Amino acid sequence: MNARYWPLVATITIFVVAYALAVMQFPALFSTRVLGNLLTDNAFLGVTAVGMTFVILSGGIDLSVGSVIAFSGVLVAVLVSQLGLHPLPAFAITLLICTCFGGTMGAMIYYLEVPAFIVTLAGMFLARGVTFLLTQDSIPIDHAFYDWVRQFYYVMPGGGRITFNGGLMLLVFLVGIIVAHRTRFGSYVYAMGGNAQSAALLGVPVARTTIGIYAMSSFLAGLSGIVYSLYTSSGYPLAAVGVELETIAAVVIGGTLLSGGVGFMFGTLIGISIQGMIQTYIVFDGTLSSWWTKIVIGGLLFGFIVMQRVIIAASRRDWRTKPHPEPAPSG
Amino acid sequence: MTRPMRSLVKPQFVALALILLLNWILFPGFFSFFVRDGRIYGSLIDVLNRGAPVAILAIGMTAVIATRGIDLSVGAVMAIAGAVAATMVGDGTPLFIVLMAALGVGLLCGLWNGTLVAVLGLQPIIATLILMVAGRGIAQTITEGFIVTFNDPGLIFLGSGAMLGLPTPIIIMATLAVLATAVFRLTALGLFVQSIGVNESASTYAGLRSRALLIGVYAFAGFCAATSGIIAAADIRGADANNVGLWLELDAILAVVIGGTSLMGGRFSIPMSVVGALIIQAMNTGILVSGFPPEFNLLVKAALIIVILVVQSPLAGRIWYFVAPSRERPPDDRPSRTTATSAEGGPK
Amino acid sequence: MAEPLLSAAHIDKSFLDNKVLDDVSMDLLPGEVHALLGENGAGKSTLIKILTGAYTHDSGTILLEGRPVHPRDTKHAQEMGVGTVYQEVNLLPNMTVAENLYIGRQPRRFGLVDSRKMERDAHQLLARYQLDIDVGAQLDTYSVAVQQIIAIARAVDISGKVLILDEPTASLDQHEVDVLFAILGRLKADGMAIVFITHFLDQVYEIADRVTVLRNGKRVGSHPIQDLDRMELVKMMLGQALEHDEAMRIGKARQAGELYASFRNYALSGKAAPFDLDLHKGEIVGVAGLLGSGRTEMARLLFGIDRPDSGELTVAGQKARLREPRDAVALGFAFAPEDRKIDGILGDLTVRENIMIALQARQGWTRPLSQKAQVEMADHFVKALDIRTTGIEQPVKFLSGGNQQKVVLARWLATNPRLLILDEPTRGIDVGAHAEIIRMINALCDQGMSLFVISSELDEIVAYSSRVLVLRDRAISGELRGAEITQGAIMEMIAAQHEVQPL
Repeated sequence: MNARYWPLVATITIFVVAYALAVMQFPALFSTRVLGNLLTDNAFLGVTAVGMTFVILSGGIDLSVGSVIAFSGVLVAVLVSQLGLHPLPAFAITLLICTCFGGTMGAMIYYLEVPAFIVTLAGMFLARGVTFLLTQDSIPIDHAFYDWVRQFYYVMPGGGRITFNGGLMLLVFLVGIIVAHRTRFGSYVYAMGGNAQSAALLGVPVARTTIGIYAMSSFLAGLSGIVYSLYTSSGYPLAAVGVELETIAAVVIGGTLLSGGVGFMFGTLIGISIQGMIQTYIVFDGTLSSWWTKIVIGGLLFGFIVMQRVIIAASRRDWRTKPHPEPAPSG
Repeated sequence: MTRPMRSLVKPQFVALALILLLNWILFPGFFSFFVRDGRIYGSLIDVLNRGAPVAILAIGMTAVIATRGIDLSVGAVMAIAGAVAATMVGDGTPLFIVLMAALGVGLLCGLWNGTLVAVLGLQPIIATLILMVAGRGIAQTITEGFIVTFNDPGLIFLGSGAMLGLPTPIIIMATLAVLATAVFRLTALGLFVQSIGVNESASTYAGLRSRALLIGVYAFAGFCAATSGIIAAADIRGADANNVGLWLELDAILAVVIGGTSLMGGRFSIPMSVVGALIIQAMNTGILVSGFPPEFNLLVKAALIIVILVVQSPLAGRIWYFVAPSRERPPDDRPSRTTATSAEGGPK
Repeated sequence: MAEPLLSAAHIDKSFLDNKVLDDVSMDLLPGEVHALLGENGAGKSTLIKILTGAYTHDSGTILLEGRPVHPRDTKHAQEMGVGTVYQEVNLLPNMTVAENLYIGRQPRRFGLVDSRKMERDAHQLLARYQLDIDVGAQLDTYSVAVQQIIAIARAVDISGKVLILDEPTASLDQHEVDVLFAILGRLKADGMAIVFITHFLDQVYEIADRVTVLRNGKRVGSHPIQDLDRMELVKMMLGQALEHDEAMRIGKARQAGELYASFRNYALSGKAAPFDLDLHKGEIVGVAGLLGSGRTEMARLLFGIDRPDSGELTVAGQKARLREPRDAVALGFAFAPEDRKIDGILGDLTVRENIMIALQARQGWTRPLSQKAQVEMADHFVKALDIRTTGIEQPVKFLSGGNQQKVVLARWLATNPRLLILDEPTRGIDVGAHAEIIRMINALCDQGMSLFVISSELDEIVAYSSRVLVLRDRAISGELRGAEITQGAIMEMIAAQHEVQPL
């Protein structure tokens, strides 16, 4: 098997084994209710992680997503609760602003030739700062549309519910998978992460793609903010602090190479699920504390980064021992 | 290093003076201070005192950035060191041992980062991300999830006591800044660190121990972070693993960048990074006294980063080159890491 | 003679004040393989980059099928018909073979990439190259040779008129080269013009129809290959014998001193075949050989940058081991590398700091050189080597190439070395500095230093060497001593036919 599938296989194995062990200890974990809650509780994280996967696949990083989530939630709350707008146009305005915001970051990264982390760091400060300009308190959203949306859910056999949010996350993942693996844009993202210089030589429109990647990441963070506001019925400027780290961790644990070019959108879904499962397990256990999540995630992160390093070193070493299909010489 | 007098009119000093002046306009009592019980009080002292933790982080971060690295984990290391100090002092361990242990843990964290960077060859941002994610969890296992409070007068003294009429954090910050500057400038260490940041491969060829130096630099950053963490814990008389030092790594990076050390490594100045940290704190204070919410300074920081990025960018350099063609510019700056490695490690 | 497909006439190109191409012309006929030869710095890659749109030329014209063209960038040149394949294959190792062939122009259905059609097309395309592989597999699961063919297939598919191959055979074995040449033969028959850059002379004679040789940014000449024997070709590449040879030749008259360093059975697989090397005090060992002959690889081994697979080292009678350059410096070795910008200078640091760094590194960080000592040292070398700088506090990146080289030399002379390894010490520097550096090499040897000097300038090697080692195919293929050292003799050894194929 190709060494590049190892991280994905490792992720899936870890998830399956860990889940099986958890179920052996708490049989109640084996239910669609748990699954449904896992989807609902991690919906905003998942939606953000789809964008982050594109960013990391391209060899970049986006530290601004947590702030953009908070900004989006608060802006929707302000538009709906204070200005009396219907949520749908409020969503549209919010998503538009977020997309432009991300596009600007992408343009700065490309044209100023600065590392993505510092540009998106500025973006992180900026988005959080603007959010606090809008409000310093939590703004409740009380709108019939929100209640209406919340009544959509699908009851799985066993009583578990896929809520609107959970379903939306799955839909975003589906679209993400298609875009990543079935569009030219997706291939450009992989190409840039593989080798930006070669990509440019092969005719990949690097400027346009960079801008597109960060615009999409911020768009999805904005969408995630909307999901978050549906989840909490409010907009809160201190929401989603540290979510950028959780999403980056989920993407890497999902088997995507932090230096870009290699990874699968589906892996990120598993990465999110592993994080969610650890939290669920801790809740079930009752005696463990939530900080264990961070340590386990950190440990997994370390394991995956080292594994990727080893894989890269190994694939360099076999340059000469590669399978060597010989083209038939002819003249 | 020869330091001509022009260093006194550096833009950082002008910026600091302007911000302080602005603070004074907003709050006329800004520059006044008074002495009570042999201790000086006043807003200016406050800026120094509040700015101390970030300034101390920035001291270590300066050295890391000078090698063309970055350390994202310093905030988490602060939390770990604070947790160690608070827990041990609560168990009645003598203060000296407590401090040694907390600083030692910081060093250890730094050694971990340094090993990942220098030996495993991970990109600094990735290597230090691991501890950034896991560090707070580790801190919480130490405190077992509680905010561990303490009332050991010795430890508290480090956070809110006073020496020579000044709050202890200021004294610690100044001592550390002077010592670090002295060690880097009076020995050849500063030159070596710069040399690695400018061109690691050429430095190795010239006979430098690049790996050992890199590890040492990250260990130093860990030590500084631990110092900062002890002060922060002592200040609130407790270890809050969740919130202490949160996002301070970013402030520290910003302080270093404001201080004029390039993220591309090379020339660095510890005193200027301290000035950078004080600029950030003076802005925080100014925003507070003028009645804006404290989060407002996030906007100001964002604006600062953007301005610095634009000014330092190659694009601006090219434009500047056109505007002022008389200035000398090299045809091609230092080699990028990618070219350096591709020249050596091509598939053969 | 057919109408040229592509013709570049009177091309000039300068970077700042450095003229890298001076009135260079080259014609490409349809259905020919045209070898472009020259040492490093001759201007080959600059010319290629101009033809492929990566650089713009200062003056001159490029005609494609008789019409003047101005390629804006690589993509534009590709679309006009000029495709390039580089030595380090510029494809994407993390993507599939099919994606590499079609990225940016994937067939689509309903807006989505039609992978099935793409893979079918890819399979058909590669079938024309007798390559039957799984096009859905990731590119880096295949050998470099296969990747090379894929890159050629892509370039031909997109461009179809001119194919430029930049050292395509550098990392291929003989069988793979044969396969590649069979493909080139077919493309030639289809009427494509192929530019072929290589440093393997055997291959030039095997595949090329015509040769153009560049040296120091100028065209030495273009000839049909059958009109040119090996000796003449090497002469064109390395330069004509200078007539004042005899007067300058002081090297061979020198009496070598006692043995200083002795390398026994040193080897590193893929880089250097096992060799023995004795270096004496007061001796200059010149190293000649074409690009790719293993010159630099040998220097890196001697200085401990690469660790040998096997071999023993004795220095001044003592057994020694080189694990890193630091160990070599401790033994009194010094090394001025070929690529000054990447491995030599510390661009942002000052002339003074660049000069004192190696000595300081040897002393350790705890014993800093005093400011006074540093300034004196820097002033001394600036004067002694005539380094042109506005002052010792000027960042070294602002100096010209020759002066940067002198700074690197000064750095090592400050450590008072006993063995000085120089890799192309006079490359890319002006005539005045050139002569000074050669004078200095001689002077250092007279003081009893042992020197190991790699150079592509044969007149230079002949002038100062006590002995000359000729390298070919990563091994020492011969040694010349005393009166044997002439440019002619060196060139003969370089040009000699291979009896057996290495590897």
